Amino acid sequence: MSDATLPAAPAFKMTPGRWTLLGFVAFALLIVALVSTGTIRRGDFLYNVFADPFVSMVDLPDLLVQTLWEGLVAGVLYALIALGFVLIFKASGVFNFAQGIMVVFAALSLVGIYEILTLRLGFPPGFVAAILSLFGAIGVMFVLAVVVERVVLRPLVNQHEIIMLMATVGLTYFLIGFGEYVFGGNPKVMITSQLGLPTGSSTFNILGGRVSIQHLDVAAAVIATIMIAALAFFFQYTRIGRALRAVADSHKAALSVGISLNQIWVIVWFTAGIVALVTGIMWGARSDVSFALEIIALKALPVLIIGGFTSIPGAIIGGLIIGVGEKIGEFYWGPLFGGGIESWLAYIIALGVLMFRPQGLFGEKIIERI
Amino acid sequence: MFYREAGQFKTSYETDHATFPIRQDQIGIALILIAAVALPFVSSSFAMQTVMLPSLALVVAVIGLNILTGYTGLISLGSAGFMGVGAYACYKLTTLFPEVNILVWILCSGFFSAAIGVFFGLPSLRIKGLYLAVATLAAQFFLQWAFVRIPWLYNYNPSGAIEVPLRYLPFTEIAITGPTASLEVKYLVLLAFVVVLTWVGSNLMRGRIGRSFMAVRDMDIAAQLMGIRLLDAKLMAFAISSFYCGVSGALFVFIYLGGAEAGTEFSIRLSFLMLFAVIIGGLGSMIGSFLGAFFIVALPTILKFGAPAIGIAITGATAEKIVFMTIGALTIYLLIVEPHGLARLWQIAKQKLRAWPFPY
Repeated sequence: MSDATLPAAPAFKMTPGRWTLLGFVAFALLIVALVSTGTIRRGDFLYNVFADPFVSMVDLPDLLVQTLWEGLVAGVLYALIALGFVLIFKASGVFNFAQGIMVVFAALSLVGIYEILTLRLGFPPGFVAAILSLFGAIGVMFVLAVVVERVVLRPLVNQHEIIMLMATVGLTYFLIGFGEYVFGGNPKVMITSQLGLPTGSSTFNILGGRVSIQHLDVAAAVIATIMIAALAFFFQYTRIGRALRAVADSHKAALSVGISLNQIWVIVWFTAGIVALVTGIMWGARSDVSFALEIIALKALPVLIIGGFTSIPGAIIGGLIIGVGEKIGEFYWGPLFGGGIESWLAYIIALGVLMFRPQGLFGEKIIERI
Repeated sequence: MFYREAGQFKTSYETDHATFPIRQDQIGIALILIAAVALPFVSSSFAMQTVMLPSLALVVAVIGLNILTGYTGLISLGSAGFMGVGAYACYKLTTLFPEVNILVWILCSGFFSAAIGVFFGLPSLRIKGLYLAVATLAAQFFLQWAFVRIPWLYNYNPSGAIEVPLRYLPFTEIAITGPTASLEVKYLVLLAFVVVLTWVGSNLMRGRIGRSFMAVRDMDIAAQLMGIRLLDAKLMAFAISSFYCGVSGALFVFIYLGGAEAGTEFSIRLSFLMLFAVIIGGLGSMIGSFLGAFFIVALPTILKFGAPAIGIAITGATAEKIVFMTIGALTIYLLIVEPHGLARLWQIAKQKLRAWPFPY
């Protein structure tokens, strides 16, 4: 016989996570038991909170599917904004509060350039003018990236993170004023059809009900997926992408092997600008282009704490969690609280995640040393 | 030359512990106090209403935020929400118990705000830095939602706003809140609050509590190893900070605004403005809190009314945009030239005064 012994099966241990799971299951069983024995009935507060939403989910599955779909679409857009944050945070350690206003600014430039082209320069309205203004908007974002790097980042290099945060808040104020000065403060209509984006909606009969899906939302999801795939490819397989990852790992080490930080920052801010432009087109097409869009940037912040500030997959998964959680919460539990809970529910979900994983779902593990 | 402490000997521990151990500082503070008391009788009522009242009300909150962010190193973006808690608590208290003086309730509303602040400060035990900043936004948005959606808070007023009732100074017939209160009285009441709270705050920060805060800021694990309880220190910082914010919110609505719709008044924008004041003024500095608060209040006014005065004619709508652009550009500029804030400039000025007329 050989001396080697089979490793003993690992002893089953209750970790805090397993306790929590067990707690949830026990609680759910308790609620089911209470409802089936008639201890809490329709109309009770406990019933309304813990049983009624689930009953209506099962009773009307089509509504659930519709809500889930809307949540997913909103989640994709949150993920896009969060992606812009993550790109910049990874490469320069700057928490770019101006990402939200960059979305607005990019969308405004697109629509503004289109107006100038068609109304002042006499281009025929349509696809060509729209594509031209798309390139114009990309150019604007590039100029913005260069200026930000020159004027803001370079003099402030190596400052404390809170100073950098405040500088991007200053940038936000500047861009609000500048954008309103150049493009005017009135809401504008996004040039959706001119860009070749589909409009209209389809209705499907499933699960004994009807689910309506906007074509634009499908396009948004597809475009977002393509863009994220392209970014992943860019980061993984190109020279600049490798340099970007090197900078994200360590500024000093990257400098010592001859990577120009300034150049990388321009590229990163430009990439974030393009992401902002895509986000701006999608959000703008759903409502209209105005400075109210700035608020959605604040909605994307809980996505960041769920996913971790440095993780691109985290931004995507976090975005979907927040989007779906928010829509489900608002639809099924919102009326209990008088509605409007969308504004803070995302933060509460994020705090719940943070209680168990302080670095977010995908963030780097926090190691603290003296 | 003007600012030399040579020859000023301390012969007892009391003098050594004094808040202002240098004679020039004592004289300076006395002069500033006298000037501050005399100000309403020489200044125009416009300057009082648009600059002095709001900045004095905000100074209290900025000191509170500075205690949290500057002294303890916990970034908070929920301070406007805590101000709102103070305002609503004061409103509820003074309408439920009108016989108790409003000054008492303004101070008490700080305790309500402190309780809420401690609750929302709990995540600070597990997360830090920018993650915490985002987590405090939860407080901001939740509180703002509560101010709009819970009608009990504004006594079911159809307008959804706080309507500030008429209240008097204790034992007198002098109105301090409400439409008939005079500007001078409001100003002096605010000034009294600011002086007392600054004095309390600066002494707290000089003592054991403040030192434990600063140890937590510089490195929390090291502080823990030295025997500072992180739970106590961080929650205490949130409590003190929110107390100041709450009192400031009550002062802001009751004495400066005289009525407010808090859903709009205590918005995220005010939170950012206060963080801006803390950073521009100087993190971890009392005088910085004053300079920062005056700066953020005075700047838009100066831009709006100062620019036409020197001949740059801008119309109302454009002015708003220019103000935004200037604030943004100036923020970035100030951060670049002096990341340690206006308080640092003040220190440099003192150093220069000390060496004058020599350069070193």
